[in-house]
Amino acid sequence: MSANKDLVVKDLKVHFGGGKKLLSGRKPTVHAVDGVSFTIPAGKTFGVVGESGSGKTTTALAIMRLVDITDGSVTLGDTQISALKKDELRAARSRFQIIFQDPFSSLDPRKRAGEIVRQPLDLMSIGTPSERAAAVSELFEQVGLRPEQQHLFPHQFSGGQRQRIGLARALSTRPDLIVCDEPVSALDVAIQAQILNLMSTLQKELGLTYLFISHDLGVVQHICDEIAVMYLGQIVEQADRVTLFKNPKHPYTKALLEAVPTVHGNKRDRSQRTRLHGDPPSPINLPKACRFASRCPRAESRCHNDIPPLEENDAGHKVACFFA
Amino acid sequence: MSSAIANDVPLLSVKDLVVDFKTRAGNARVLDHVSLDIKAGKILGIVGESGCGKSMTALSIMGLVPNPPGKITSGSISLNGRELTDLSEEQLCDVRGSEIGMIFQEPMTSLNPVFTVGEQIAESVRLHEKASKQAAMARAVDMLKAVDIPEPEIRARAYPHQLSGGMRQRVMIAMALACRPTLLIADEPTTALDATVQAQIFDLLQDLQRDTGTAIVLITHDMGAIAELADDVAVMYAGRIIETGSVSNVLSQPQHPYTQGLITCVPHLVPDPPIEREVLREIPGMVPALTNLGAGCAFEPRCEKAFARCKAEKPALLQISESQFGACWVLEEESA
Ligand SMILES: Nc1ncnc2c1ncn2[C@@H]1O[C@H](COP(=O)(O)OP(=O)(O)OP(=O)(O)O)[C@@H](O)[C@H]1O
Ligand SMILES: Nc1ncnc2c1ncn2[C@@H]1O[C@H](COP(=O)(O)OP(=O)(O)OP(=O)(O)O)[C@@H](O)[C@H]1O
Ligand code: SF4
Ligand SMILES: [Mg+2]
Ligand SMILES: [Mg+2]
Repeated sequence: MSANKDLVVKDLKVHFGGGKKLLSGRKPTVHAVDGVSFTIPAGKTFGVVGESGSGKTTTALAIMRLVDITDGSVTLGDTQISALKKDELRAARSRFQIIFQDPFSSLDPRKRAGEIVRQPLDLMSIGTPSERAAAVSELFEQVGLRPEQQHLFPHQFSGGQRQRIGLARALSTRPDLIVCDEPVSALDVAIQAQILNLMSTLQKELGLTYLFISHDLGVVQHICDEIAVMYLGQIVEQADRVTLFKNPKHPYTKALLEAVPTVHGNKRDRSQRTRLHGDPPSPINLPKACRFASRCPRAESRCHNDIPPLEENDAGHKVACFFA
Repeated sequence: MSSAIANDVPLLSVKDLVVDFKTRAGNARVLDHVSLDIKAGKILGIVGESGCGKSMTALSIMGLVPNPPGKITSGSISLNGRELTDLSEEQLCDVRGSEIGMIFQEPMTSLNPVFTVGEQIAESVRLHEKASKQAAMARAVDMLKAVDIPEPEIRARAYPHQLSGGMRQRVMIAMALACRPTLLIADEPTTALDATVQAQIFDLLQDLQRDTGTAIVLITHDMGAIAELADDVAVMYAGRIIETGSVSNVLSQPQHPYTQGLITCVPHLVPDPPIEREVLREIPGMVPALTNLGAGCAFEPRCEKAFARCKAEKPALLQISESQFGACWVLEEESA
């Protein structure tokens, strides 16, 4: 099959609020995602990292059509997800699925594990009942759960096992794309390794495309092919996994990488690092210049006046900084 | 600060602490003969899998084990030479906040949403010291400034929900420090914060330890944080300390199979990642239930080095070098 299954996100904007409130006038607009573009080639893993509140989850939800898109487009293969009407959307959902950070709250506590995994098939009327039952058994095997565990309830599983159920549910409709928002952050490191290895194996077997959001840069470096760094609703740097860590160019990316403590580090290394001070500006009153300027150790007057565009070099490394 | 104590006498000394919980499935031995020492001005890290007893160790020191269903069955906890397990609830309350401060994992649940953060810090000052309202408030503003909060006079009047996650955590630290404790317990103080905010919080803890001589117990799952902040580390598994020692020894030459697994199963950030990716090493299986631990080493079902003796008897902590101890039968056989 040569069908194009790339995910293409173009100039995505998600703004919250801004509507008219009856008495108090206009609600302030939160520019959660403010002009984000990227492409994930089919079968690859694209990582999104960045400041808390920079719009990573909102980007993921917009791609899934779980929040309203203010502007821009999301296309998976030949399907423009962002333009689908309600019933078309329901049918298309089989092709893109999401797994969340918290394997505890994202599973219905009253349903048995087998039923949870079968639910998307039921909802989209995929296959006959006996085909669905066979599919569920196969999914359990694929994610490393035993067949008799289909009859247990979520609370009878450990955190790692619950994340396996979440994965099996996401895989049930044979999707092309799985959006993963902090999929291993709630897990112990030992269990995290099991899930990351499982995700890699499944990707190879099934040709899955992953959008992978995480605060853990070691995990992102391990699992992603290409990585975007977000700050206040925008991508400020993007490169492949080797280049980004070897040759970070944006001052925010550098600060982010320097902030990560490593097992090879010690107290002295720590005291020699540069630090970011203060907090990011509010996504309501955005500076009309470089959004990082107020905290940037390199900033000059130009940074406080103009907006640096996201520019790409020959090697495909993108950076939004006047001095990169 | 604590110049009254000679340098090699521990500020906090926990000995053979046993904590049991009554559960429907039977008795759960949540802490099983836990011993640890921390000297003034030092940072002790505690790591280990979820449910292994890290928070319960902290709660025991604070005198906050929920009773029932839990209770301290035996063992001793002494702070500055005073036994804490004998104290009345009233005396313990006094110790908390004046001698021991604590920062919890989720600041939003430990801050009161209906009071400003300034009022809450001032209140904790007044709870333990005779200070006028104004003096306490002034102290609150000073503390906010000390934890690097911009415009502290204005922020003191903010409610918790008006602050970012990082700022709320700094408020928690300010509150814990307002009474100048000699021991600070930080239970996963940076989980859910991004790396730059986490670094700010860690810097703050480090400055504090250096400038005021406060001893810190740092509970975390982040081995990198242990490497860069702690002096000593205790690794826990299923209610026991299975390896402990100086950070440099334990991280560079981990002796217990579980510690070795913990370090190698994490994808560590490196400046120059290899183009070919390796499969991560896994620790197979999962932690056993504390209600039926059996007679052997609790790690035995997951351990690739296990042999017959591991199933039959629990290994005790064995001194491996001047500053490293491990509880594993392999170590015992090697040293024999
Ligand atoms: N429903 C909503 N209404 C208003 N503002 C929102 C809403 N959801 C998110 N926001 C705001 O949008 C911004 C981006 O939030 P988002 O959750 O996408 O960040 P994030 O990058 O995922 O952060 P984190 O790393 O903490 O998960 C934040 O300022 C957040 O407060
Ligand atoms: N109220 C309770 N009743 C019974 N068992 C309990 C109770 N509270 C805690 N436990 C048990 O005590 C053990 C130790 O819990 P603790 O909170 O100390 O773990 P932890 O090491 O801090 O884990 P985490 O990394 O998840 O925070 C766990 O196995 C837990 O199930
Ligand atoms: S005592 Fe045995 S089972 Fe336990 S860690 Fe050592 S080798 Fe493994
Ligand atoms: Mg998020
Ligand atoms: Mg805990």
